[in-house]
Amino acid sequence: MADLLEIRNLRIEATSYPPGEPPRDVVLVDNVSVSVAKGKVLGLIGESGAGKSTIGLSAMAYGRGGVRLTGGQIILNGRDIRGMGPAGLRALRGREVTYVAQSAAAAFNPAKRLMEQVIETTLSHGLMARAEAEARAVMLFGKLGLPNPETFGNRYPHQVSGGQLQRAMTAMALCPKPDLVIFDEPTTALDVTTQIDVLAAIKEAIHDTGVAALYITHDLAVVAQVADDILVLRQGKKVEYGPVRQIITDPHEDYTRALVSVRSIDHEEKAAAPAVLSVQNVTARYKGTNFDVLKNVTVDLPAGQTLAVVGESGSGKSTLARAITGLLPPSQGRITFAGRALSGALQERSKDDLRELQMIYQMADTAMNPRQTVGTIIGRPLEFYFGMGGEAKRRRVQELLDQIEMGKGYIDRYPAELSGGQKQRVCIARALAAKPKLIICDEVTSALDPLVADGILKLLLNLQAQEHVAYLFITHDLATVKAIADKIAVMYRGQVVRYGSKTDVLTPPFDDYTDLLLSSVPEMRLGWLEEMLAHRKMESAGN
Amino acid sequence: MHPILKLVAQRIALGLLLLLAVSLLIFLGTEALPGDVAQAILGQSATPEALANLRESLGLNRPAYVRYFDWLGGILTGDFGVALTNGQDIGQAIGQRLGNTLFLAACAAVISVPLAILLGLIAARYNGRWPDKVISGVTLSTISLPEFVAAYFVIFLLTQVFPIFQPVAMVFPGMGFWERLQAVALPVIVLVLVVLAHMMRMTRAAILNVMQSAYIETAELKGLSPMRVIWQHAFPNAIAPIVSVVVLNLAYLVVGVVVVEVVFGYNALGQYLVDHVAKRDLPVVQAVGLIFAAVYIGLNILADVIGIVSNPRLRHPK
Repeated sequence: MADLLEIRNLRIEATSYPPGEPPRDVVLVDNVSVSVAKGKVLGLIGESGAGKSTIGLSAMAYGRGGVRLTGGQIILNGRDIRGMGPAGLRALRGREVTYVAQSAAAAFNPAKRLMEQVIETTLSHGLMARAEAEARAVMLFGKLGLPNPETFGNRYPHQVSGGQLQRAMTAMALCPKPDLVIFDEPTTALDVTTQIDVLAAIKEAIHDTGVAALYITHDLAVVAQVADDILVLRQGKKVEYGPVRQIITDPHEDYTRALVSVRSIDHEEKAAAPAVLSVQNVTARYKGTNFDVLKNVTVDLPAGQTLAVVGESGSGKSTLARAITGLLPPSQGRITFAGRALSGALQERSKDDLRELQMIYQMADTAMNPRQTVGTIIGRPLEFYFGMGGEAKRRRVQELLDQIEMGKGYIDRYPAELSGGQKQRVCIARALAAKPKLIICDEVTSALDPLVADGILKLLLNLQAQEHVAYLFITHDLATVKAIADKIAVMYRGQVVRYGSKTDVLTPPFDDYTDLLLSSVPEMRLGWLEEMLAHRKMESAGN
Repeated sequence: MHPILKLVAQRIALGLLLLLAVSLLIFLGTEALPGDVAQAILGQSATPEALANLRESLGLNRPAYVRYFDWLGGILTGDFGVALTNGQDIGQAIGQRLGNTLFLAACAAVISVPLAILLGLIAARYNGRWPDKVISGVTLSTISLPEFVAAYFVIFLLTQVFPIFQPVAMVFPGMGFWERLQAVALPVIVLVLVVLAHMMRMTRAAILNVMQSAYIETAELKGLSPMRVIWQHAFPNAIAPIVSVVVLNLAYLVVGVVVVEVVFGYNALGQYLVDHVAKRDLPVVQAVGLIFAAVYIGLNILADVIGIVSNPRLRHPK
């Protein structure tokens, strides 16, 4: 039987416009060939910039921005879609191939009801009558586990949660009974506990409708749960292509091996030590609300160690950081830092309080002034706290750059000329420049590719050993926690539900929430999803 | 109470407050002018006694705040006072002219707003291609022409070259609706040319801004036609900025068209105001100023309300 989709020697180019240089063509995807049979799932995996989304969209002959399909063939249902005109492509898109975007929250039109959007293609392509399409949408809502499937479609996108929107987007993709669905990182933006449910719903929907799929992700453990075959990509080129079992258990290429073994940093927990930061019974709420976002939070962070604060979005992790930094004065409780009481409000803190407590953020991009060079960015705290200038400042900046393993040649660059990982390193150097006792790291690796994130974690651990700096490490990723923490605080709805040394927190018996959180982290083996779901069903049956 | 009603009530209350502030400003402004009404009536050669007598009889000797509240109270009960120059009741004189002003503005709006939005959508659809360039170029050149030049050009073209219309837009009470429409045809054409560009460019810019959104890509990947993507998916999210520019232009059609009125001899509020400014007839200037301010504020409240209602997050809270 012929394959549903066959991509042969695909080549995709775009024109880049580097500042101050003439525009030039860059090759995004080079000589990639894959095929997907009816009802099968192909996983596309790689770092950002590997060309996985670009390849995925090429199955609809769509190029984002100025992206051009310049070579090869894309054969769908027996014909090369590269040669089809705009009208032909419109007939194909949304009918034979549909698309599920990474951020459903942005991909749904905020001005229209969900039902209108879900059945839109089914109607515009004349596939079904409205009543039939609505009935199918309701059926899909139910299948995907959405609450009140009958009335769910009457809502607007802002009225439902991120996980629900992602399922609604899957329903939208499945509604016109396509032959192929492209899932572009459908669970990446979700919380780990939500991710599992959505992943399971997607897998079941794929299975029940018999649709073929391209599943794009940077998380090998996730794709291992749903794919039949996997194509590993790097910088637009094929690294390895084979059945999922072989890729996971017997990878042939070094790069694939690195992906499989990522998140295996071994970090020995340090012995107990006196606390540099001590948060006692802190309660806080935002101005103009009558809801405590932090409730009676008590944690200690020993000097030179790492306290990981874990929880889902909305659990109060970042709010805790805001309370500690003085951006959100607590209504109750006290914070002690380096042996002295910290004032709740930022304005009343001394310069030393400010200096010894630094922050690194999730989005390195937005945390740096794009019009300042790396030297200026890192030099700023040197000027501000130590009054350094001229040659001395430049020398110190270079020392810091050496410490973050970036070396020469970066000091006069602008942030736009750095990669994602390098930007985050510069932010680390800027925090270090103040010679802090504590750095608050707010989801610092969440926006990075796994291998790059690994590098950042290793760097942070090295720096901690050299500088004896403590980290308050906020994350939703438990694998990261295992790699870096000495102590762990699990937060849920503004409260610390579990707190202690890493070993204690990660050793059973667990409380319900920690159990849910831990069991939701995808594991790099086949059949994990099914086991996990069965385990949960048994539990809920037992309750 | 539904949050939308609350927001709308807030906007209206704020508008009324603003109008009150404007009335104060108008009063203080005319108060600050050198000389007063008595001086204006009697002229430079008036004797001090005559001035004092007239002030006494007009009540100008009373403190300013008493006269302000007197004036304000009059307006609230529909009494705008009497014009100094001819002793006419201002309310009556304004009433008819305001009708003419609104008629002209409404005719121009009915044509220009849909046309501007349609052209804006087409320009956005063919962004950077020839239809976009033609639309942008033509509207830009019509807005660049001073109104009176455009007016004379239109008169020349449509009464001399192609004698379709009469050059003067005379309207009088008792005229039939159809005759009225014919009479205002030329000024309407000129006004449409003047206001088209601004609204069209804003529509185009607002649509193009929304076209960057992820949900537009979703719509394109659904295989919808480009015009459907723009109309169904981009336009509903671009309403607020478009409406705010539309009402600015509507307000201009009401308060700013004196040049066109003069050129076509159209008897409306703008001309009335300018005449009485020249004659230093302050009660008329104050009254018309207040009406113009009310129109401006009212239309902007309308824009706010439409902006609020077009936002599903406010219309359908969680």
